[in-house]
Amino acid sequence: MIAIAQTMHFANTLSLQSGASLRDYHLAYETYGTLNADKSNAVLICHALNASHHVAGVYAGQEKSEGWWDNMIGPGKPVDTNHFFVIGVNNLGSCFGSTGPMHTHPDTGKVYGADFPVVTVEDWVNAQALLLDALGIHQLAAVMGGSLGGMQALSWTLQHPDRVRHAVVVASAPNLTAENIAFNEVARRAIVTDPDFHEGHFYAQGVIPKRGLRIARMVGHITYLSDDVMNEKFGRQLRDAVVGSDTGYRYSTQDVEFQIESYLRYQGDKFSEYFDANTYLLITRALDYFDPARRFGGDLSKAFAVIRAKFLLVSFTTDWRFSPTRSREMVRALLNNQRDVSYAEIDAPHGHDAFLLDDPRYMQVVRSYFARIAEEAPLQGGQA
Amino acid sequence: MTHNINLHALAQLVPVGSRVLDLGCGDGAFLDYLQKHRGCSGYGVELADTNVQACVQRGVNVLQLNLDQGLTLFGDHSFDVVLQIDTLQHLRNAEVMLRETARVGRIGIVAFPNFGHWPNRLSVLQGRMPVTRRLPYQWYDTPNIRVGTFADFAALAEKNKLQVLDAFGLQDGQEVRWLPNLMAGTAVFKFEG
Repeated sequence: MIAIAQTMHFANTLSLQSGASLRDYHLAYETYGTLNADKSNAVLICHALNASHHVAGVYAGQEKSEGWWDNMIGPGKPVDTNHFFVIGVNNLGSCFGSTGPMHTHPDTGKVYGADFPVVTVEDWVNAQALLLDALGIHQLAAVMGGSLGGMQALSWTLQHPDRVRHAVVVASAPNLTAENIAFNEVARRAIVTDPDFHEGHFYAQGVIPKRGLRIARMVGHITYLSDDVMNEKFGRQLRDAVVGSDTGYRYSTQDVEFQIESYLRYQGDKFSEYFDANTYLLITRALDYFDPARRFGGDLSKAFAVIRAKFLLVSFTTDWRFSPTRSREMVRALLNNQRDVSYAEIDAPHGHDAFLLDDPRYMQVVRSYFARIAEEAPLQGGQA
Repeated sequence: MTHNINLHALAQLVPVGSRVLDLGCGDGAFLDYLQKHRGCSGYGVELADTNVQACVQRGVNVLQLNLDQGLTLFGDHSFDVVLQIDTLQHLRNAEVMLRETARVGRIGIVAFPNFGHWPNRLSVLQGRMPVTRRLPYQWYDTPNIRVGTFADFAALAEKNKLQVLDAFGLQDGQEVRWLPNLMAGTAVFKFEG
């Protein structure tokens, strides 16, 4: 499947949750499959921290350019583009195409940098809704996302209850725990204390705070894996054991000694080459702020009272960043509101990363769920 | 957990239009039947991946949870009916789950293989554990870790102060109300807490 990146420009002002606003912005998006005549087969895919609108397929002439959820979405895949019209959209503040800190502020004519307004999950959902308006789609057959993407899918059902028939929320949570915010804060501090950060205006200096980005990514990466998987993959293996020594150790504090160090450094280096520091700050903040129960005194069941969508929730037993407990909180709140919900708790070893991997039970449950969606007619009055 | 007993007879115990929680719902066939034929709604609880799959496939709400961890997700009397159809015998904490069933449901319905059925007694009298159509496993590979009789359950219900609304046996698809502990392969209890 060949993917084609597209851009939609919005001239009107978008009011943000913070009170700030954005004008003259654009959203990068891709679509796969065909929108049917009554426009009832649209599925929106929301992305997580470091992904984009390039969800599935490959770009023409670029063999290894698969979308980030290409194993899940495409012809004959669990979210089958032979049946569904799938939309991937890049969120505001990102560095992959939609308006973000690297773009020019229309008022000042300068690059936004640190002046890019703080955006929230709710703001993203509002922007996504405007994209759907522009595409002539009133109601989604489903909205789907993992992790931070799952938060957006959930938020869709709260902000636009009549515009979503199904929500598929994978490895997600109704808000971040203190520990989770703590990890984000470590990552942010790594970035903002990098001497090359220049309070977010590093573009003008011709530098990139790569050291900070590397460390941010290393911390993040640790939390996406499970202890077991990391041990299985790396254990205590040395990268380059000293020959003829009984330990193989270099007895150095600064050289790469263990394979896991090498792996994390590699991940950090790779990430710092393509990810924007201001975007990292913005997206982790959006994660921190998301908390739909907050306006209801922390009562998630009250927050969920407006929901009309049916839910499939999936979690993974070894995911400690977005643990099954968090998914069960959402299940409970849906039960308290007597909403339709199915919940799969997949006993997979891969930690949070499992949501991007190919566990056959996970793939099959999503496939089955979407097969059911494909069979049903849109809600009466859905076009109202 | 397979529903290899007469679902039609059990369905008659579930009031039309009930909100149902089916503990150990298997492939969701019974909930599907209740939804289609008795206007019920609700959720199944299952642990096995393949059964969860099957429920999603047939459009039955299913929650993948381990019943041995209790029913903490569910509020008091949040369902009209809580079912344990061929589930009780697989539970480590069968008594706790019975109390939980009474807490979460206004009505509880429990069905399980009756070890007191005469062929089982005969087998034990002959010195061997029974292997029958209803209890098809050998003693060393049975998933039924709780073997009890119709009379045993009645005693457990009394111990837990459950009010039994109806109790009978099922055999060959028929209700057995005469000496069910002897004459029926399946024991059925309908109770409230």
